[in-house]
Amino acid sequence: MAGCVVGQCLNNGHIGCDTTGVGARPALRYHMAMAKASPPAAVLQPFDCILVGGGLVGLTLAIALAAHDLSVAVVERADPDAHMAPEFDGRASAIASSTARMLRALGLGDLLDTQGCAIRAIRVTDGLDPRFLHFDSAEADPAEPLGTMLENRALRGALLAKLRQMPGISLFAPTAIARTERGPNMASVALADGRLLTAPLIIACDGRGSQLRQQAGIRLASWQYDATAIVTMLAHEKPHNHVASELFYADGPFAQLPMIDLPDGRHRSALVWTVRRKDADGLKALSPRAIAHEAEKKMGSFLGKLELIAPVQSYPLNLQHAERYWAERLILVGDAAHGIHPIAGQGLNMGLRDVAALAEVLSDSARLGLDLGHPDVARRYERWRRSDNSATAAATDILTRLFGVPGRTATSIRATGLAAVNRIPPLRRAFMKIARGEAGDLPPLLRGELG
Amino acid sequence: MQQTTQNAENIALFAGLAADWWNPEGSSRLLHRINPTRLGFIRDSLVHHFGLDPRKRRALEGLSALDIGCGAGLVTEPLARMGADTQGLDAGADLIEAARAHAAAQQLPIRYTAADITDFAPAHKGRFDIVTCLEVVEHVADIPAFLAALASLLKPGGLLIFSTPNRTPLSWAVLIAGAEKITRMIPDGGHDWHKFLTPDELTRYLAEAGLKVETLKGLNWSPAKGFHISDDVSITYIGTAVRV
Repeated sequence: MAGCVVGQCLNNGHIGCDTTGVGARPALRYHMAMAKASPPAAVLQPFDCILVGGGLVGLTLAIALAAHDLSVAVVERADPDAHMAPEFDGRASAIASSTARMLRALGLGDLLDTQGCAIRAIRVTDGLDPRFLHFDSAEADPAEPLGTMLENRALRGALLAKLRQMPGISLFAPTAIARTERGPNMASVALADGRLLTAPLIIACDGRGSQLRQQAGIRLASWQYDATAIVTMLAHEKPHNHVASELFYADGPFAQLPMIDLPDGRHRSALVWTVRRKDADGLKALSPRAIAHEAEKKMGSFLGKLELIAPVQSYPLNLQHAERYWAERLILVGDAAHGIHPIAGQGLNMGLRDVAALAEVLSDSARLGLDLGHPDVARRYERWRRSDNSATAAATDILTRLFGVPGRTATSIRATGLAAVNRIPPLRRAFMKIARGEAGDLPPLLRGELG
Repeated sequence: MQQTTQNAENIALFAGLAADWWNPEGSSRLLHRINPTRLGFIRDSLVHHFGLDPRKRRALEGLSALDIGCGAGLVTEPLARMGADTQGLDAGADLIEAARAHAAAQQLPIRYTAADITDFAPAHKGRFDIVTCLEVVEHVADIPAFLAALASLLKPGGLLIFSTPNRTPLSWAVLIAGAEKITRMIPDGGHDWHKFLTPDELTRYLAEAGLKVETLKGLNWSPAKGFHISDDVSITYIGTAVRV
């Protein structure tokens, strides 16, 4: 065991490098030369859990678990700092108020205060029909916005900075995984460089196409939509006054989401524009000026002159839900478990609500001395999250179908329906509660408590 | 080995189940289900008794614990993970073998001993801050001798945590008729209802051994709450006693 670099070596031979099939030969050959740099075939001290995938959900989960004294390994394929370039991810997210409370509890309040743009009201209309549904945060709680718009890369940067300060987290990135094993007593992840990570539990935060989910044979229910989301950023002449607008068209919703002003003082909004799949490439091929012109035709002129200020990215839309959220010593989180149509901006929030519930279940189980990979631990997480995720996915699917029907009559029914919801405050408040992610049994992190 | 306090047939029955003990869906599945509730009671009681930090991950660090009648380690392993310097004791040698193998695979530093408590106690007097004895006294042949040995293991001021079924018509209906015979949630033939102790009887036995009962609660199940702690002690009860 000469190759150990971190912590103690495992002295019981059953979890050795030989079980992984990697690293044994290189260890002999390079040991002398590389012992100090990155020795192959090192078995690190066991972690409480190994997170695979360093996206927004994985990074937040790592911080939440470490805040509860759990030791965490985060394994990410890509260079985490490369994600910071705007061309890598020009997206923004609407952070619901419950998930914002969690981010504050985890020490990211500064980020929300300096980089976040509060959504004070949401205006929902059927195209440019003047009848509308208006959600106003002052109606429920003036102190708390309906959501906070944040650039994904700003969130990622703050999460990475926070994570690097926490002694309980070891970040392995960029690195490829040579092999994962899950057995009755322990799970392990062998990295391509020969290091072997062990833990009672592996958590898959590896996204929609989750390799871990596929390897575990967990099937996926999925729907394809004839829709692609076009995402970009606009500078505009008039201020947005913290109002978001969601305009429903037969081709899909068109959403303008308020962002903080640019450093030069120009006003700014994120744009999520859903079009038919066949139209996406044509739209992307247009010049920035032409796209801004098309956007103005869709949203009207209430923001004045528009200018495109970010590359246009497109995401084909589908809805998917894993048949189960766990397998032996494996738990699925975020997009690995469920991906939804971004019509209500709930995708990241669903993932972050998974984080809050799983952090609570794992910290509770750790304090009771339970095996974190025990099926009962996974079942508790799944019971807590599945109904909420199914309900959000179903509501989003219904909205899509309701607003996906073209024609005058449908428009008039929808507009009347929206106006009716608008006139009935309890119904409107119920919608707002869902938008805020406050429906159901909240884990402490979503109430802003560390538990 | 002499079995002065443990019922020999019982030891053989449970030892035969050793291999299956850690299977969450096997013959001990009821214990797996009930475990988080029992462990919650144990942790809360110890945090309260020793004035520990409830937020701490390994709240029992610095304390020594002995799990009597540990079986394959269902409570012993959590005690070790909670940070206690932990030992397990059981009269069944096969069970202790299963316990050792499992703890090694989980990388837990637990010392297990296969022995009768009356043989184990003389060399370990006043050694432990914590003694747990869950679902054990109902299987014991000579209760005064068993509890005298148990009490001698605790430090003065140390805490015993015990649980056992009550002897009521309801406990017969639920545990013997229901769980053993019908649903097979617990091993058939493993329990003799006539040997179950009421809370008053056990409290008297404990007092005679120098153990003062501090708390006594019921362990119940309902469709809405699952397993939970309540004041209804009619089926099974769990409690703490301090060595005076």
